[in-house]
Amino acid sequence: MTAFTNHFTLEFRTGIRNRTLLLMNYLFPLGFYLMMGFVMPVINPLFLETMIPAMVVFAILAATLLGLPDPLVSAREAGIFRSYKINAVPANSILSIPALTTGLHLVIVTAIITLSAPLLFDAPTPVNWSGYILTFAVTAFACAGIGVLIGVISSSTRMTVLWSQLIFLPSMLLGGLMLPYSMLPEAVQKIAQLLPATQAMNAFNGLAMGKVADFSPWGSLIILFTSGILAFGLANYLFSWDSQNSTRRGHPLLALLVLLPYLLGMVVL
Amino acid sequence: MNDSVISVKDFTKSYGDFVAVDGVSFVVHRGEIFGLLGPNGAGKTTTLESLEGIRTPDGGTLRVAGVDPTRESHKLGGKIGVQLQTSGLPDSITVDEAMKFFCAYHGVDPNFNLLDRLGLAEKRGAQYHQLSTGQKRRLALALALAHNPSVIFLDEPTAGLDVASRVDLHNIMREQQESGTTIILATHDMAEAEEMSDRVAILLDGSIKTIGSPMDITATGAGLTKVSVRTESSSLSDPDITLPAVSQQGSKDEYSVFFSTDIGPTVSAIINHIEAQRDSLIDLRVERPSLEDRFLEITTNGGSQ
Repeated sequence: MTAFTNHFTLEFRTGIRNRTLLLMNYLFPLGFYLMMGFVMPVINPLFLETMIPAMVVFAILAATLLGLPDPLVSAREAGIFRSYKINAVPANSILSIPALTTGLHLVIVTAIITLSAPLLFDAPTPVNWSGYILTFAVTAFACAGIGVLIGVISSSTRMTVLWSQLIFLPSMLLGGLMLPYSMLPEAVQKIAQLLPATQAMNAFNGLAMGKVADFSPWGSLIILFTSGILAFGLANYLFSWDSQNSTRRGHPLLALLVLLPYLLGMVVL
Repeated sequence: MNDSVISVKDFTKSYGDFVAVDGVSFVVHRGEIFGLLGPNGAGKTTTLESLEGIRTPDGGTLRVAGVDPTRESHKLGGKIGVQLQTSGLPDSITVDEAMKFFCAYHGVDPNFNLLDRLGLAEKRGAQYHQLSTGQKRRLALALALAHNPSVIFLDEPTAGLDVASRVDLHNIMREQQESGTTIILATHDMAEAEEMSDRVAILLDGSIKTIGSPMDITATGAGLTKVSVRTESSSLSDPDITLPAVSQQGSKDEYSVFFSTDIGPTVSAIINHIEAQRDSLIDLRVERPSLEDRFLEITTNGGSQ
C-alpha cells in the first residue's frame, strides 16, 4: 500500500470516528433532506422537481464548507502539521486527501438521496445520468477547493465559521435550493451568480434534470471547475505548516481570487 | 567521532524585535549525544526547529546529515527522527495506525516492536486522545525512531515519563548511539544531560555560553569540590587545621568536610596529614560540582564566566 493510499484510508476511517465530521457529512444533510422532503412539498409542490439536486448541493455545501475547514485549522493549531512535516508528509497530501475522503462520503450521501427520494417523496430522477454525475463531481470539486482554502487561510477555528457562513448562508437563500433562481429579482440574480450553489443548480437543471437552464449550464460547469482549480492552487500556495510560524508565501486575501471565475461568469453569462 | 553530521555557523533568528538566537555556531559529530541546555527562552527550541526544517533561519548556515534543512527540507524527512516538545496527532488515530502511517511515508515497514519496547503493547488499539501524557511522548519517540534515522532530535524526552520508562529511553538512546546514530538532546534535566551527553552546549539569551563535555564544563567553574573524610582517630576534626585550597570546612556525622577550590593539593595534604598523625583512612569521598551547579552558575551570572 502506498503512503498516499494509506493516508487516504486512514483519513476516511478517522473521518467516520470523528463525530463532527459524521454530523457534517451524514447526519446534518440527511436529516435536513428528510425534513425538507416531508415539509416543503406541502408548502411548495414545485420543490419536488429539483429536490434531488437541491439536497445534493446542500450535502456538498455542508460537507465541504462546514466540515472541511475546521479540522485543517485545528490540526495546524494542534501541531499535527508540524509532525507531518518532519515525517515527510507532503503538503499536497494534507490538502488533497481530506477533500478526496469528503468526496467519497458525498458519493455515499448522494447515492442515498438519489435512490431514496423517488421512493419516499416521489421526486423525479435525473433524465441524464452522465450530466448528473459530471455536475455532482465538478460541484464537489469546486466546493471542496473552497473548503480547503478557507481552512488554509483562517487564523483560527472561529474564523473558519465566519468565512464558511459567508458562502453557506447566501447559498441557502439565493442559490436556488429553496427558491428557484428565476423568481429572484434581477439584481439579486446577478449577486446569486457569485455563489457555487447557483452555478451547480443551473448545471444540474440544464444537464441532468431535463429542465431549461437559466443561463449556460456548460458555462456554469466551466466556472465551477476553474474555481476549483484556482482554490486548490491558492490553498497550496498559501499553505502554512505551523500556526506559530507567520511566514506565508502570500497574503491570505489572495484567496479572494477564487471568486474571479464567478465574477467573469456574472458579466458573461 | 570526527565526521560532522550537524554543523551550525553564525545562526541567527528573530521574532519581530526579539532576537531568539544570535550568532550560534557548533558542530555535532557522528554517533555523538549532544545536549542542548538553557533556561526557557534561551533559544533551544528555535535552534532545534530550524535544524528540523520547521523554521527558517534569518542568517547563518545550517547542515544536517548533508542537507540544508531550509532549502532541502523534502530530503530531510528520511534522515532525521524528531520527538517534538509539542507535537500532535489526530485525536482519533490509533497507535498502530500512527506507526503504519508515518512508516508508509518513510517507505519502511512498520516497526511494531518499538511500540512493545516502549510499553505501548497494551495500547496499540487505543486512540491518541485516550493516551496519557507519558504514553503520547513514548509514541512520539517510537515514531521518531521507527525509520532508523541517522540523526534524532529529542526535545524534553523524559518529561512526563515514569522512572522505568526513563531507564528504557536511556537504554534505547545508548543503543542508537552504538549503531552510529547522532542524538541531539534538549532537556531541562541536568542529571540526564550529564549522564547521557558526550558534549553539551549551554545557551543563554540566544547565544552559546559554554560548550564541551560535562566533565570539562563542571571542571572550569568556580564551584567548590566537596571532600568528606573519615579516619580511625578523627585526626582531621581539629577546626584549626589548615589545608591548601580549602575555603570552608566543617563536620557532618563522623566525617570531616572540606570545600576545595583545587582538589589535587587538598587531597594530597589530607593524605599527608593522616600519615603524619599515624591515623588510618576509613573513607574518602570527593564530590565535584554537578552540571546543574555549573548551569546555575552560568545562567544566574548572566553568562559571565
